[in-house]
Amino acid sequence: MTFQMQNLARILQFSVPFSRSFHQCQPLNQIQLLTRLRVVDNSTIGKEAMLEGRPPKCIHVYNKTGIGTIGDKVLVAIKGQKKKAVIVGVKQKQAPLVPKFDSNNIVLIEDNGTPIGTRIHVPVPSILRKILKERSVAKQIDFTKLLSIATKFV
Amino acid sequence: MLRRAVLQTFRQGLAQSFFKRNAVSLSETTVTHQPIETSNEADEKSVSKQKPGDESGNTVVVAPPEFRFMYPEFLPDPAMERRNRLKEKLERIDMLQRRSVVEIPEFYTGSVMAVTVADANSPNKFARFVGICIQRGGSGLRAWFILRNVVDKQGVEILYEMYCPLIQKIEVLRLERRLDESLLYLRDALPEYSTFPLDMEPERRLNNSVVPINPLKVKLRPRPWLERWERQNLQGVEDLNLPQRFYDKAEKVAKPWEKYDLMLQYRKTIPAEEQEKIFADVHSQLQQQEFKRKMRRRRGTDNEQ
Repeated sequence: MTFQMQNLARILQFSVPFSRSFHQCQPLNQIQLLTRLRVVDNSTIGKEAMLEGRPPKCIHVYNKTGIGTIGDKVLVAIKGQKKKAVIVGVKQKQAPLVPKFDSNNIVLIEDNGTPIGTRIHVPVPSILRKILKERSVAKQIDFTKLLSIATKFV
Repeated sequence: MLRRAVLQTFRQGLAQSFFKRNAVSLSETTVTHQPIETSNEADEKSVSKQKPGDESGNTVVVAPPEFRFMYPEFLPDPAMERRNRLKEKLERIDMLQRRSVVEIPEFYTGSVMAVTVADANSPNKFARFVGICIQRGGSGLRAWFILRNVVDKQGVEILYEMYCPLIQKIEVLRLERRLDESLLYLRDALPEYSTFPLDMEPERRLNNSVVPINPLKVKLRPRPWLERWERQNLQGVEDLNLPQRFYDKAEKVAKPWEKYDLMLQYRKTIPAEEQEKIFADVHSQLQQQEFKRKMRRRRGTDNEQ
């Protein structure tokens, strides 16, 4: 402790217990590098990874900022491989009318946008329809194929 | 004399009258009123009372005291820096205008609700979500509430702004209260406590005058949790079964003097006189809207017959 801090400690000795504490904000729950994600489609590689307790980790977010939200493409490390995925549900606080989920959900895709699995067994936000359509137009890759394997929209 | 009596109620603590929706029982505590003429209709909830006449001899209509719990969004944000009487009055006019278009029913944290929203992205242009209200807040046109449900074993929460023009319909499927004002602990509870069928039918209440309090005590999942629930004095949670060091630290960090801090309470609430003014302003219009809706419903059923 520095000399000033020691003095402060002596002054505060009888009034308030001296403590060093960090200022903390509410957790932001953002998806960024090394975030663990939950695969929600029925692809073999996804199911095995989730079952054995080693969920995929995000290693790159295809975004100007390093933060991924609903509809963003990410690169994940899963069972020793690198796979691309689309974020379909986020724990982060969302704008009004956009659903927020209890887990960060992803759907694994190939480079051309086709999902690896054949069904998504959790609800998916309906705003994804709009986001993926815009993204498909921008990147000339059809991301909307994964909407056809979704079972329920929230 | 009435003013002093009203201030006395305030000082005794709002919690005393919190769960009493019956206007007569509230008057037993301190506030004196003229004898209330109750109507014959069994489901007449809000009964307007008459204040003893002022000097000019006119009677002043006062809204029932439950209004501050039924319509808390009409009360503005108590922070002094942000108060602007004109802005609040204009907001109230807009809120009533919206309420004349869409019925925004009375609800509390713990009520199960269904909200239909206009959704451009869905094939049938509406999206309906059913869930339990875990928190409500905001004031004026920015009043919001959060609905939570577990759909296909996935917990989903959606924040709705009550006066958003995209909202088509708000239905209360089960009107009840819980033991806590905020049910955020449902995120750490077993999923069965947040699961409600999406095709749930509205439940009819047997006793229309009192909103039941569900004394359910929820079981939490094993730790880690999203918040330190042992520090929040929750009534609606079963015994947390934590090691003693958690409770010791909670005691160290607790601020037991806050419940005696009158100025803190004063800064967090709108004074009773202003509340009376606001709700008196709003009461007659809300009554008119409810009456019109009732007539429309009766005419609807007559037309069907």
